[in-house]
Amino acid sequence: MAKEKDQDKILQKYTQNEYKYGWVTDVESDTLPKGLNEDIIRAISKKKNEPQFLLDFRLKAFRHWQQMKMPDWAHLQIPEIDYQDMVYYSAPRQKAGPKNMDDVDPELKKTFDRLGIPIDEQKRLAGVAVDAVMDSSSVKTTFKEKLAELGIIFCSFSEAVQNHPDLVKEYMGSVVPYTDNYFAALNSAVFSDGSFCYIPKGVKTPMELSTYFRINAANTGQFERTLIVAEDDSYVSYLEGCTAPIRDENQLHAAIVEIVAKDNAHVKYSTVQNWYPGNKDGKGGIYNFVTKRGKAQGNNSKISWTQVETGSAITWKYPSVILMGDNSVGEFYSVAVTNNHQQADTGTKMIHIGKNTKSTIISKGISAGYSNNSYRGLVKITKNAENARNFSQCDSMLMGDQCGAHTFPYIETENMSSIVEHEATTSKIGEDQIFYCNQRGIDEEDAIGLIVNGYAKEVLNKLPMEFAVEAQTLLQISLEGSVG
Amino acid sequence: MSIDAQSIDLKDRFADFFYKNLETLKDGLPEHINEHREKAIQSFQKQGIPNKKVEAYKYTDLNPAFEQKYRTYLRPKSIDFDLNDIFHCDVPALDTHVVLLLNGWYYEAKTPQKKLPNGVIITSLREAANEYPDLVKKHYNQYADPEKESLTALNTAFAQDGVFIYVPRGKTLDKPVQVINLLMDEEDGMSQHRNLFIMEENSHSQVVVCDHTLSQRNFLTNSVTEVYAGQNAQMDFVRIQNEHNGSTQLSNFYLNQERDSRVMANTISLHGGLIRNNYNLRLNGENCENSTMGLYLTDRGQHIDSYVHMDHAYPHCRSNQLFKGVLDDYATGAFNGRILVRQDAQKTEAYQANNNILLTDDAKMNSKPQLEIYADDVKCSHGGTSGQLNGDAMFYLRSRGIPLKEAQLLLMYAFAHEVIGEINITPLQDRIHELVEKRLRGELSRCNYCQMHCGDAGKN
Repeated sequence: MAKEKDQDKILQKYTQNEYKYGWVTDVESDTLPKGLNEDIIRAISKKKNEPQFLLDFRLKAFRHWQQMKMPDWAHLQIPEIDYQDMVYYSAPRQKAGPKNMDDVDPELKKTFDRLGIPIDEQKRLAGVAVDAVMDSSSVKTTFKEKLAELGIIFCSFSEAVQNHPDLVKEYMGSVVPYTDNYFAALNSAVFSDGSFCYIPKGVKTPMELSTYFRINAANTGQFERTLIVAEDDSYVSYLEGCTAPIRDENQLHAAIVEIVAKDNAHVKYSTVQNWYPGNKDGKGGIYNFVTKRGKAQGNNSKISWTQVETGSAITWKYPSVILMGDNSVGEFYSVAVTNNHQQADTGTKMIHIGKNTKSTIISKGISAGYSNNSYRGLVKITKNAENARNFSQCDSMLMGDQCGAHTFPYIETENMSSIVEHEATTSKIGEDQIFYCNQRGIDEEDAIGLIVNGYAKEVLNKLPMEFAVEAQTLLQISLEGSVG
Repeated sequence: MSIDAQSIDLKDRFADFFYKNLETLKDGLPEHINEHREKAIQSFQKQGIPNKKVEAYKYTDLNPAFEQKYRTYLRPKSIDFDLNDIFHCDVPALDTHVVLLLNGWYYEAKTPQKKLPNGVIITSLREAANEYPDLVKKHYNQYADPEKESLTALNTAFAQDGVFIYVPRGKTLDKPVQVINLLMDEEDGMSQHRNLFIMEENSHSQVVVCDHTLSQRNFLTNSVTEVYAGQNAQMDFVRIQNEHNGSTQLSNFYLNQERDSRVMANTISLHGGLIRNNYNLRLNGENCENSTMGLYLTDRGQHIDSYVHMDHAYPHCRSNQLFKGVLDDYATGAFNGRILVRQDAQKTEAYQANNNILLTDDAKMNSKPQLEIYADDVKCSHGGTSGQLNGDAMFYLRSRGIPLKEAQLLLMYAFAHEVIGEINITPLQDRIHELVEKRLRGELSRCNYCQMHCGDAGKN
């Protein structure tokens, strides 16, 4: 009994934990009226001074989207979303082209400071080039010159549209076509901004490229688009981090990330997602419905996804790799934590098409409170993917008797020379491990932090240094005292 | 009384047929069977014949099978034959109570109903429904769920006969009951029989079901079997599916287990054109134990789909699923297993595994092992593999002078043994070992005395 009381206390302590990144920045926004129709799309396109092909693309996507119905197959309870009751464009207002940090809106700067984004001098020390996206439109891109020397293009999507329309036209929609799914169609119609990254042949990025997303203005859907193109023999490590302020109404986030990796190219994409998960009663929070996909089209190419998902009221995404080139490699490392009333249905798809392709899936789910956490993944070996190899491991850990952990793998094999292995386990956090720690004077809370970090180590190790520290802290904060 | 194959909408075709013949369907059966029919057909109309858009049937489209023209008998057709001439179960040393179902109808002429001295009843569902109304009413359609599964709905609407087994409290079946499903006709036929097995508390029973086709026509069987295992009951269930390639076998198995009961179910699928086995298992009391296993050996254009829904509703239960398959030629297979652990089902131990060997590049296997868990103090795991025979093991055998073919057979045999070894009826286990070995060698796995050439029929 005493133990239960202790747990209650700890639980209470945790639930009283306020969302660390919750506030609203008072920045004047340049906002279009609510609603979604062709006029809005034309207005977005016009505001962004887009070429005709992009407008056509948006309109085609919008018309296609109108024919579609929101899918309902996921293991999620999604309240109905009124797409007409949303603002599709909201850009922080700023003077034309800030020349240095002083020109940037001080409120905005403060936001970044609180987020801990190294946007000024500290950044260079941290060695991170940040293209900060705040409510749809890029504010400041740093280190661009340094990267430009190497021929790397790293800029906001709108800049890319203006300066490199050919590249955008060639690759946009080549991995995730607008017909792909409901949210991809929606994003293709209304996307406001995002990041664009082009690594020329033989170039290895000297630093981790990084973007931070924030959803700020109330009732704004964030629809950004990321496109990464890695030419032959190149290497890029790309980081994406997300935090969002407290809002009572749910906000929709439907992004698209496309990666193209050519011969011998290696793309590493890491995400730490810590958007507002809603309060302890499940009110508010972000809906994170993202389509992420990489196309390992070159021989010997490699795409690797690493994600730490602790935020969002509902997470619904499957970062995938299409292994087209021979000997190409796909990797997916994920830690998904859900607490209180959060829901997650996340996983990956590995589509083996080329010969001797390899994929590895390591997924660690942790559910606490009243949350539901599902892994859903597809491993498909097509007939011509000779000697393909897949290894999947999906572990779930449950903390508390009100939460759920689910595993829904799909394994489709169409030839005899491939080997596919999948294994999954579900268990409670080890009582004997906690006891062991307690015995040695480590209190329950620290013990849980220790165990969870150990449990997720395999994935955390894959994160770049800059993120690994943040991710570890995040895990600890997310789960403090949530053992039940 | 045939179903017109030209009608556009399959489900309406069945509904039309149903309403036209409602009186015949109801004829001779009491209200507690008939009362479920209309609700079931409505539910069927709502759901339709499952196709690939239905998640549970993602890898199996049943529409082509149902689109064929079949004859459905609403009254048993009297076929006069000498059973010994055409069929002889050749499992040596297997002494059983034999029950014969011919095209879905209880064949009383050869296997009269039995009432054993200890109170065990083995009879037709028709007979039981009239003679033991209370017993049947209490269990009939209580475990099957026509609202969720359209094939079950279709069966509930049309079911007229089947096998009824009742083992009273504390009694033991002296020898296994063997249900033989024979399909034999000059025309393509559809049968929808319904079995009800009631195993009361502390009872002990063994049931063997064999499926055979005895003529070269196309057949579609859509059967429902409901099993109730009372408190501390023990039951072994073995099913051998050995039909020819022109047959479609849809079997829905519903099991309800009460506290402390123990049920072992093994299904060996040697042959069949299209097989879909649905297992809906509910552990409805504490400390239940369930083991559900399947072995499928398919070749040519055969398709087999196993669907398992294991519902852990109470604490301290254990379940184990193991499905293994060898796929040859251009055969396709699917496995869809789900373990559902409800919130109160603490201390559950549930395992699930699906292992497949693909022998050619044209064979396909789709596997979907799933866990859905709402209780925290549980041990659950699942695994799925798909690949070829172990290279190291193969090298070991070859290096000791065993020819390639023989080494392959040995390894496949060992692979299959894991399932067969769990069959508790020893003579049957031995026989199945033999059949599987023959099957893997590419010889026909038919019984020695059978006139049929299952493997040759209905090539398509």
